Amino acid sequence: MNYFVIVLSAILVNNIVLMKFLGICPFLGVSKRLSTAMGMAGAVAFVMTLATIVTYLIQIYILNKFGLAYLQTIAFILVIAALVQLVEIILKKVSPPLYQALGIFLPLITTNCAILGVAILTIQNEFNLLEGVVFAISNAIGFGLALTLFAGIREHLDLQDIPKGLKGTPIALITAGILAMAFMGFSGLV
Amino acid sequence: MNQWKNFTKGFIKENPVFVLVLGMCPTLGVTSSAINGLGMGLATTFVLMMSNIVISLVKGVIPDKVRIPSFIVIIAAFVTVVQLLMQAFVPALFKSLGLFIPLIVVNCIVLGRAEAFASKNKVGSSAIDGLGIGLGFTFALVLLGSIREILGSGKLFNITLYSENFGTLIFVLAPGAFIVLGYLIALINRLKKS
Repeated sequence: MNYFVIVLSAILVNNIVLMKFLGICPFLGVSKRLSTAMGMAGAVAFVMTLATIVTYLIQIYILNKFGLAYLQTIAFILVIAALVQLVEIILKKVSPPLYQALGIFLPLITTNCAILGVAILTIQNEFNLLEGVVFAISNAIGFGLALTLFAGIREHLDLQDIPKGLKGTPIALITAGILAMAFMGFSGLV
Repeated sequence: MNQWKNFTKGFIKENPVFVLVLGMCPTLGVTSSAINGLGMGLATTFVLMMSNIVISLVKGVIPDKVRIPSFIVIIAAFVTVVQLLMQAFVPALFKSLGLFIPLIVVNCIVLGRAEAFASKNKVGSSAIDGLGIGLGFTFALVLLGSIREILGSGKLFNITLYSENFGTLIFVLAPGAFIVLGYLIALINRLKKS
């Protein structure tokens, strides 16, 4: 039951992009085409899960153990940056087709605040490792859901007759606002 | 470059939020009231200015290949300083800004200025650049926060302007952030043209 609440809450009720405002940069940046949006969502899911596991272990076995909790921000961002590099190198060697699909998105992920945000939230919510993994995966699904929905809408927006002043970023933001309004409908669920 | 021009460019011409569309997460996430926007803006300004100063001081000794990781460590150190200071002196604000304080470290504005300006310029102009861009960011956050607070709850900096019953709650909630910022950017684009 507990896991079910975590999944539902992370995907729909507290959607990471539309309700918690994390990962807005890729949300606005790579949502112009549906195919790139899906690539980005895949890369984020992969790194987010891995980063949450690694940062969780570091927090418990290194930072907490030696009383270094105040170094959390520095340690986590370094780990995430190193991890992204590592994933890039491994993917290139092991699975070239996957690297081709996700490769260009990987460098962008280091500065994606959703990754660091989920890693810190896992610690703040005092999840255990399994709950943390479930939390990370559901947040990644929530991110992918918001991103693909938004990209689909934006592809249609391209063909519409939009007032000149609203073209580009303004109409994208207003669309995101309406999408967020739709997601507010889920707020009674949990 | 003229130092005064260097300082003022962050407000309108190169405003990080309205023109460059950077640092969107804190912009949207913390501006449910003007005071939150102000706190977040000033915290970011501090980090921006200090990291610009330090990076322009050490730019000669950092090998080019590990430049970005080194910048991130310097920025993260100052973010931790802000985090601890705010926790000690303004615990209420620290609580309402929550997760967005540690997330200053991944704010693209800070790393962007480090890479684009501080790693190429002298200490003095880097400090002024950091202060200018930081205050421009603060200006944007306060403006957005004020509009949302007035429309949503009929208050400004917690001073009641009209009864809360007439406020439109949606502007304080998540969708309002996107919609107000969308119209603000459209307005700024229009003003820039004329």
